[in-house]
Amino acid sequence: MSRRKSPSPEELVEKLLSGDRRAAARLISIIEDQSDQANDMMKMIFPHTGRSMIIGLTGSGGSGKSTLIDHLIGRFRAMDKKVGVVAVDPSSPFSGGALLGDRIRFQSHAVDDGVFIRSMASRGYLGGLARGTTDVVRVMEAMGNDVIIIETLGAGQDEIDIIHLAQTCILILTPGMGDDIQAMKAGIMEIADIIALNKADLDKANLCLSSLETSIHYGMDKKKGWLPRVVPTIAFASKSTDVRGVDELVQAIIDHQAYLHETRKIDEVRNKRIEQELGLVFKDEVEKVVFAGIKGTGKKRQYIESIRTGKSDPYSVVKEVLSTFLRV
Amino acid sequence: MSPKKTLRILIAKPGLDGHDRGAKVVARALSNAGMEVIYSGLHQTPEQIVNTAIDEDVDAIGLSILSGAHNTIFARVMKLLKEKGASDILVFGGGTIPKKDWTPLETMGVGRIFSPGTDTREIVTYLTETLPH
Amino acid sequence: MAQDTTANTNPDPFAGIAPVKNLSGFEINPLYGPEDVKGMDFERDVGLPGEYPYVRGVYSTMYRVRPWTIRQLGSLGPPGEANKRIRQLVDMGANGISICLDMPTIMGRDSDDPLAEGEVGCCGGVAIDTIQDMRELLAGIELDKISINFVSNSQSAVILAMFCALAEERGLPWNLLTGTMQNDALKEYQAQKSYYFPPRPSMRLIMDTISFCMRNLPRFNPISISGYHLASAGATPMQELAFTLANGFTYVEEGIKSGMSVDDFAPRLSFFFKVHNDLFENVAKFRAARRIWARTMKEKFWAKNPASWRFRVHTQTSGSSLTAQQMENNIIRTTIQALSAVMAGTQSLHTNAFDEAFSVPTPHSERLALRTQQIILHESGAASTIDPLAGSYYVEALTQQMEEACEKYFQSIAEMGGVIAGIEKGYFQREIAESAFRYQRSLEKGARIVVGLNKYTEEEESPIALRELDSEFEKNKVAALKKYKEDRDQDLLRAKGEELRAVCKGRDNVMPALISAVRAGMTLGEAIGHMRDIFGVYREQAVF
Repeated sequence: MSRRKSPSPEELVEKLLSGDRRAAARLISIIEDQSDQANDMMKMIFPHTGRSMIIGLTGSGGSGKSTLIDHLIGRFRAMDKKVGVVAVDPSSPFSGGALLGDRIRFQSHAVDDGVFIRSMASRGYLGGLARGTTDVVRVMEAMGNDVIIIETLGAGQDEIDIIHLAQTCILILTPGMGDDIQAMKAGIMEIADIIALNKADLDKANLCLSSLETSIHYGMDKKKGWLPRVVPTIAFASKSTDVRGVDELVQAIIDHQAYLHETRKIDEVRNKRIEQELGLVFKDEVEKVVFAGIKGTGKKRQYIESIRTGKSDPYSVVKEVLSTFLRV
Repeated sequence: MSPKKTLRILIAKPGLDGHDRGAKVVARALSNAGMEVIYSGLHQTPEQIVNTAIDEDVDAIGLSILSGAHNTIFARVMKLLKEKGASDILVFGGGTIPKKDWTPLETMGVGRIFSPGTDTREIVTYLTETLPH
Repeated sequence: MAQDTTANTNPDPFAGIAPVKNLSGFEINPLYGPEDVKGMDFERDVGLPGEYPYVRGVYSTMYRVRPWTIRQLGSLGPPGEANKRIRQLVDMGANGISICLDMPTIMGRDSDDPLAEGEVGCCGGVAIDTIQDMRELLAGIELDKISINFVSNSQSAVILAMFCALAEERGLPWNLLTGTMQNDALKEYQAQKSYYFPPRPSMRLIMDTISFCMRNLPRFNPISISGYHLASAGATPMQELAFTLANGFTYVEEGIKSGMSVDDFAPRLSFFFKVHNDLFENVAKFRAARRIWARTMKEKFWAKNPASWRFRVHTQTSGSSLTAQQMENNIIRTTIQALSAVMAGTQSLHTNAFDEAFSVPTPHSERLALRTQQIILHESGAASTIDPLAGSYYVEALTQQMEEACEKYFQSIAEMGGVIAGIEKGYFQREIAESAFRYQRSLEKGARIVVGLNKYTEEEESPIALRELDSEFEKNKVAALKKYKEDRDQDLLRAKGEELRAVCKGRDNVMPALISAVRAGMTLGEAIGHMRDIFGVYREQAVF
């Protein structure tokens, strides 16, 4: 029983550009599945992208990422900005499936036409995002979203793809969970533009706050122009009047964005993003070409055998393959 | 256009009812079977459910209803899906929905209703066999 | 459901199919003997009924002098209908009635609230919006003779206020009122999810109701600390035991913190357990509960009054064990569970009707549920002696095992910072969801058999007549409510609203203001609305 209608790629893109949500949603699925049409569609979409504010949030589970995003969406909507959200969660390495529950925390926005939320499973991709996230963000831009918020999985230590994709990276820490110390050790503050110290009402919050600020003050190169700003927040409160720090967080985002634009650093940031995307596309295409080329020839198996039996090694194999296919 | 590689399913708890044991067990079983399951959480309105389903481009929506208000809720959801041009999304359900209500629901366009105690593998099979992928 | 084919491959369908692990996951030995109870000092560890540590029963005479309260469910959507049902049950011999609320009332909404649409009076719950509904519900019931158990939680203070206002109208002194309220917020956060306010204000309300009852309604149990719902959400009997007791101790801590002396309020704390299919595991659970509660109250909280050491419990047979397939099988399940509850020494018991898995019970199935208890009482001999399974190697060993496992849970919870911290971290929710999933897996693997569900299945029509609810009811209720709201003194109402909000902001007991508010005609939804504004709304953080 086929229950799916099938508009053409051109139709989908056209609809997308006019803000059609269903089209956007279908396009995102096509990208996630890495279907053949995906690249052609991306070509059509690309010219309409590159102008949105892209914010990345990273932090360990339980840090309050999603709750903060809920507030951020509200604030941006109050500024009459359209918001797109991508929430990434891990796929099971065993079943390939995923439980995507981040959006529960911002479900109140599900009936707002100015908000588009998409949950993505990492599908085995390491780095904190899903393979298609870079393209999905482009789709959301093309749809007309002024602000795009990306929620990564993980604490930002190994999962740092976000720094190439987002213009403003926010790291969420909470006092006493040890990740603040971890973060400092791992030099994570080199990566974060803003640090939200959430659950700032907990014990040790003040201690944490001052040690963070000290580390930044002494540890970082002030010539860089933007020192990571630490914003204490209380995202989860039973009364909206008890929520704290969100206005300051939004201000920090706006300030950082202003900094990027005024110093033209935004171009650098955009270049980084493009470099990342280029690298990904390159890798995919090369793999496709190579594997298409040796498909059915049994060569892949031969290569693997030869490496295993010590007759060859990965580097030699790749050199040989590339010289065959790319005349390098 | 080829059908999706990975099935995406929305599991939703509409209305005031807070019994989420079944919904969570099914969500987990489906994800263990390789599907991407979006769980909506409690107290969802039909509008929230349908919007979520569309934005997430799900293949199916599973409603877990133990409040007895299933006829009202399914009707609303089916109507909204139709209005938004998304009637191709399969709607199925579970909870305490008496057999006598299954046929009227089917007439509305709802897929299968699963009674309490259903083996979750049956739900997995139903979805993998019914949805193209 | 697919046809069962195991009969074809296995010549003896009963071979090796008795469970080897109980529901809590403990191995069941093929044989128990003296070595399993080595080290037990019978006098110290078991003792006598009515004597510390109460393992054998909280009272010295138990059912020989007074049987457990036969407490059946007497609610239907329309208060008038529910009243008829209550009177029928009383006539049939029930001396306790449980009143369930409909979903909108459970969620603190009036029948005319847009969110309530389609759910007013559904599923065997009474729609209580106003004191008028309370009047209809309890018309002609002698409130000093029949024990009323309100299955209410976050709205308990309002329900209690209406109950007290009604008694006043009737000229019945509050100190004669007998009954219970569930009023247990902690299990809402952990399992049932019908919370409104955050933990702090919820605790405050609970303490207010407890202290109010202490002073004014001494025969009324203001709280029924519940394990039933944890179990329904998936908790094993072991977890039910540990989490319920942990919750109980948390309430004791809160009571002390709020300035009450432990011996003043602890005697009024009562409990609500589920009884599952494994008869012996259940008996052990109750016995362990009594022992742990008594010891902790005496040694940790320094309670001096023996009434503070007594773990009094209401029990309900397991709704989640009932199957929609071959519904009559549920009669047998309920009977075994009820028998277990009696042998475990429960203070009151509700037996489920066999069709309760799927609908509001019919008068016929309800009567059968009631008769189940009566047959056990009068015909089985199980009530003729106290704690009949004491001394059994199996049951004593199991009791010990459960107690030890409990201590481990208490430790984990303490390390986390206590029950409320655990709730915020999602600890209980995850443990429970995990058990639920494991149980489902065990059914699907065939490691656990449920007759008619994954073995001995039949293709069948549903021959049972399911109760129909009057579909006009919602419309009529909404109309009646509209009129009621119009007929009130609006100025007085506004004043009462201000008063209520002021009390909520402050530290005075909220009950007097609530009672005067409902007398002035404030609806339940309105009262909860005021409280929500002041206390805030709780949103669950952890999910899976």
